[in-house]
Amino acid sequence: MDQPATRAKLIHTHVTFDDGISLECGTSLRRHTVAYRTYGALNDDRSNAVLVCHALTGDQYVAETHPITGKPGWWESVVGPGCPIDTNRFFVICPNVLGGCMGSTGPLCDRENPDGSDAAEPWGTDFPPITIRDMVRAQKRLIEHLGINRLFAVIGGSMGGMQALQWAALYPDSVFAALPIAAASYHTAQNIAFHEVGRQAIFADPDWLNGRYWETGRLPARGLAVARMCAHITYLSEEALTRKFGRRLQNAPKDSTEAINLFGDMFEVESYLRHQGSSFVQRFDANSYLTITRAMDYFDLAGDSGGDLALAFKGTATRFLLVSFTSDWLFPTTQSRAIARALNRAGANVSFVEIPSDKGHDAFLLDEPDFHRTLAGFLRGCAMHAGLPSL
Amino acid sequence: MSTHDPVRFLAKNMRVDLALIAEMIAPGSRVLDIGCGDGFLIDHLFQTKACDARGIEIDMAQVTQAVAHGLPVMQGDADTDLAHYPDGAFDYVVLSRALQAVERPREVLAQMLRIGTRAVVSFPNFGHWAVRWQLLSTGRMPMTAAWDRPWYETPNIHPCTIHDFFALCEQEGYVIERWLAADDGGRRAPWRRFLMLANIFGEQGVFLLRRR
Repeated sequence: MDQPATRAKLIHTHVTFDDGISLECGTSLRRHTVAYRTYGALNDDRSNAVLVCHALTGDQYVAETHPITGKPGWWESVVGPGCPIDTNRFFVICPNVLGGCMGSTGPLCDRENPDGSDAAEPWGTDFPPITIRDMVRAQKRLIEHLGINRLFAVIGGSMGGMQALQWAALYPDSVFAALPIAAASYHTAQNIAFHEVGRQAIFADPDWLNGRYWETGRLPARGLAVARMCAHITYLSEEALTRKFGRRLQNAPKDSTEAINLFGDMFEVESYLRHQGSSFVQRFDANSYLTITRAMDYFDLAGDSGGDLALAFKGTATRFLLVSFTSDWLFPTTQSRAIARALNRAGANVSFVEIPSDKGHDAFLLDEPDFHRTLAGFLRGCAMHAGLPSL
Repeated sequence: MSTHDPVRFLAKNMRVDLALIAEMIAPGSRVLDIGCGDGFLIDHLFQTKACDARGIEIDMAQVTQAVAHGLPVMQGDADTDLAHYPDGAFDYVVLSRALQAVERPREVLAQMLRIGTRAVVSFPNFGHWAVRWQLLSTGRMPMTAAWDRPWYETPNIHPCTIHDFFALCEQEGYVIERWLAADDGGRRAPWRRFLMLANIFGEQGVFLLRRR
């Protein structure tokens, strides 16, 4: 498998901060890099910046061809000229999260020696545990570096929505509008449980080598693929799986050695999941997956505010849009509604919409006209209130 | 590009009770419109009175429509969701033509006057002469312009008369700062200051309340 070598050689747009960042866990990184992409142009008074936060396995390539997979950006139907997040109007910034594997500081980067110099081997599992708040604080550095005091909007789905919430809670004066989509203010026991299955799959792979897989050059591909397969099921709904695959069978691949394929065929859904698993391995690092799933599991915004989510947003002037999807059982509507109610208690300006969709959690990434219409309208309304010049 | 701006509703197209309600609301105030539909009134209040107006609507399609027009509206239920707002969060809390459709009108009113300094309430008057006449003459549940659904499928589960509403405010200790009864076209009629006549000829009542 030569893809990881390709990935390591990729140069991403980035900025490195040499003054370090202290992490919530108590340790600090002496230096950290934020890889990012931007789209559109920053206006003269720097008031049209929109920060897009990616989800667990996303990255900064939100609206352009992915450099590894060659596939379209993960939100090309949402970000671009004439799209709901209109790059003719807004300056869009999308950073790779801290702990990620697409150029931002993470387990794949060379570790720091105690004297501050780089060691010649990656962090691996010794990368400090990070949190959603650490990710947001790293992004804040990027925003300041770009000369922006106040973001017009922070938007993200799933883990990106957690970041949007954290941004609004941590830097209320720097966020005019926050749009947590298909998100939650904490990870439930069920969410954590699914992540744990994925992590155990990685640990169980003999090639994982306690996270030091660079030593053999063999990736824990099987474990990471199973983690992805398990997670992928949680991103879909039963309806969506039934619609796409039903119980249809197809011929098993000829080179397959698995016992199950002695029968000569396999369910289409099996084939689909295997494909999802194997293509994921080419673009994602197993230790990053462990680090980021952990960060999501730690997330509990109310817990950080003495148990009352409303306190996290007390007195906020930020305008909120919460969006959930009817068939999303991973981050269900009840979670978004709980956030909306907490924001009500905090006296915040909040819009909340549940979009009918049978596509499960993944709906936020897919073509959902009602969602896109809602997004565009909300941003237009906010732009009017923020005094942004209209197009 | 003007087509991309939120729709600006014209006052002349407003539902008559909304026009009457808007008159009662001071410029620049904080307003919550319960059952705001597609956000007609809150948009009007923002555009013409610079109010910080927000809405709650139970019907998700209407909520989506409102948010897609750039209006701050959330899906919610008057019977359950008002409890989540802090005391005195608004200057006015509006409930237009929905009092008769909520499950617990008395509790909803109490919540409105907890979270708002003032409440504006409008409802179709079940004491209107046409309603009385139909019930008396045919012995069947009345069907009028304001009460236009058969009894077995109407969402209006708590009809009341203007007189009834006066009695409830008295019982609950609410001060009626202003009230009026309007006819079909929303015109205020000369009999508006006389409760008994208003309760016969008024198609709808509009009330501005505050706590004692």
